[in-house]
Amino acid sequence: MSGDTKTLFREYPRFLWRCFQLSFVGDWKYYTWMFFLSVVALFGLNAYAKQFVQGLITTGMTDQVSWALYIANFTYLVGVAAAAVMLVIPVYIYKNKDLHNLVIFGELLAVVAIIMCLLFITADLGRPDRFHHLFLRFNFPMSILTWDVIALNGYLLLNLHICGYLIYCAYNNRRPTRKFYIPFVFVAIVWAISIHTVTAFLYSGLGGRPFWNSAVIAPRFLASAFAAGPALIILTLQVIKASTGYPVSEKAISTLKGIVTVALGINMFLLISEVFTEFYTGTTHAASARYLFFGLHGYSALVPWIWTAIGLNSFALIVLLTPAGKKRWVLNAACVAMIVGIWIEKGMGLIVPAFIPSPLGEIVEYVPTLNEILVCTGIWAFGLLIYTILVRVTIPVLYGELTVDTVYHTDPEKKLKQRQATKEATKEAMKESASVSL
Amino acid sequence: MQLPIMTNTTNEDGCPTRQYASRPGMTRRSFLRRGTAATGAVAAIAASLSPLRELADTDEFTVANFIQKHYKEMDGQDMAKALERISAQVEKRYDIRPNIRDIKPMDGVEFVYALNLTRCIGCRKCVHACVAENNQSRSPEIQYIRVLEMPRGTNDIEQGNHHYQRATVPSEDHYYMPIQCHQCASPPCVKVCPVEATWQEPDGITVIDYDWCIGCRYCEAACPYWARRFNFSKPSIPNDKINPNMSYLSNRPRSKGVMEKCTFCLHRTREGKMPACLEVCPTGARKFGNILDPDSDVRKILESKRVFVLKQDLGTLPRFFYYFDERDPINEKVPTGTPSGGDA
Repeated sequence: MSGDTKTLFREYPRFLWRCFQLSFVGDWKYYTWMFFLSVVALFGLNAYAKQFVQGLITTGMTDQVSWALYIANFTYLVGVAAAAVMLVIPVYIYKNKDLHNLVIFGELLAVVAIIMCLLFITADLGRPDRFHHLFLRFNFPMSILTWDVIALNGYLLLNLHICGYLIYCAYNNRRPTRKFYIPFVFVAIVWAISIHTVTAFLYSGLGGRPFWNSAVIAPRFLASAFAAGPALIILTLQVIKASTGYPVSEKAISTLKGIVTVALGINMFLLISEVFTEFYTGTTHAASARYLFFGLHGYSALVPWIWTAIGLNSFALIVLLTPAGKKRWVLNAACVAMIVGIWIEKGMGLIVPAFIPSPLGEIVEYVPTLNEILVCTGIWAFGLLIYTILVRVTIPVLYGELTVDTVYHTDPEKKLKQRQATKEATKEAMKESASVSL
Repeated sequence: MQLPIMTNTTNEDGCPTRQYASRPGMTRRSFLRRGTAATGAVAAIAASLSPLRELADTDEFTVANFIQKHYKEMDGQDMAKALERISAQVEKRYDIRPNIRDIKPMDGVEFVYALNLTRCIGCRKCVHACVAENNQSRSPEIQYIRVLEMPRGTNDIEQGNHHYQRATVPSEDHYYMPIQCHQCASPPCVKVCPVEATWQEPDGITVIDYDWCIGCRYCEAACPYWARRFNFSKPSIPNDKINPNMSYLSNRPRSKGVMEKCTFCLHRTREGKMPACLEVCPTGARKFGNILDPDSDVRKILESKRVFVLKQDLGTLPRFFYYFDERDPINEKVPTGTPSGGDA
């Protein structure tokens, strides 16, 4: 065993190197997509370099609205990361057979979403050069931000381990050892809930911001995340299927559709609860909510945003609940609608209005700058870039096309031949390992 | 094209091949193509990072800055070194040698502020005296004190006017409410800081270690009194406006990307002087002192006047109290004044 383990460790750098090489191999569509993402990411890097030199003055933030687009994207992506659990729970707890070969894409999405979260937090820091102060004086457990640091990084490590272990086992034609990943999977399920709960507590724990100071924030975060996240996964799986031929069953999509519908329904219900409490009570604490939904003292920058979000989410929910939702393009439209709708709800609907009016009643509206938007799109592009690479190398490994003892063929004829040849040999192993592992 | 593989392997016909010896994937053409692509990528990244060249002439990213300890972990020698470094920086930047010290709190002192709303005329002299005393950035403008013009008949601060402009103050149908850091006994800002860059001193003043703050602005989101300010860019102060009497925890010049706030002018008050905002006040509306001293003004005010604090329901326990005189101010002649430096 020890000699075997040694070979496994020795092989690892080569595995990484081959994955790295493989990430540069693809058809013209792949190259165009990657080139596009690289360009957007570089524009973002350039915008961030400007911000690093000049300070956060390059953003639209002010002392009044001191958190905005970066924190909004961060919050949204925490939700996307947490949503991977909506694939993990059916497979590992309810032994769902349709999703078992797809879980890994959810977990990879979680890894990428957390990386993007960390980038958005870094972009939001005034002094990223002092990041190491976190290790020297960590205000735990008083500051919820320190809880979030632990939650996010822990979740990243858990998912890196689970995905990395399973993929590397497949690469080595080995059956994964249950004790090396099953416990982590169950820890990750609880951890996924915790990352979004802790992130919600960041906001709801502030007594000075009545708009956030509500117990329904954490449940609302989870509900919206479990709608937007799986919606994103539905679209992603279809792209993966179309571009690589990886099997994605209709039943898998319809299971996810069920999850999305319930989660979106709960999200709308919680929104209604929130709105009722704010407006029926009619206290002055509802100033932010009034600003958001109807405008306050002639200021109404966020009003179109929130009604667009409500419109999109309502459209998605109605469509999913009616027979129209059975058509694939309608389902996809609903997914896009709720991804956008929930993004607006988290950003323009949750982060920004808490700062308007300010604690002293001053109304200063927020408009993001071009530089700020470029940083955001850059981080999104970088995230998609990593995700594309991860999926790109994972699929051949799962197919048995890139393993420790095979040559990877790009020529379609050879590939097919190899696929057929390895089919028999890998079938058993794949079946066994897949049913327990993925 | 095949990926080069550095091991013995078997091709699809079952013949053993040694991939690394010949590297069939690497022809001259593909080598050139890859080379061009790699060069292009490096050039593109370098171009994206080009704004960083401006960092060459900054003194913010020195090793001394990087390894400097947290305020509470510094011994006398560390502090002396830090003060020397800061002095040199100030001298280089503003062409003036500052007298910068680390002034410790006094024993048996807890500072409290009391503000007489009957007397305040809204002249904003306190706002500008504060800026001058505490070396706040003039551009972008940072002010610790915000004066609200309140309609008579309410104490709901959401009805206050932040941006009143009058030739003379006060206006007959308004009263004025200056708001600054309330130096809470239970400060939400301190609780949330992830790196302990802000804390409450034994004399009740909440301070910030400007060299430790990472600029996450969580404290700014947590403060119910909007008392904290962030340096969105490098602060700019004209050389002739620098106040050379500085302390580590209060008015030394800040850098870009960190928080700052009112410190009750601790470099003055810890040495028995009054805060700058109090000293400049033309009406005597501001009272400051040690609440533990039974003979202090603030003690007498808190014992005899009808005082209140802002947002009491939040449980922050402010050390900044407001009160009205027992007399009827409308039927009495109140002092008038002209607003100070409204456009300064």
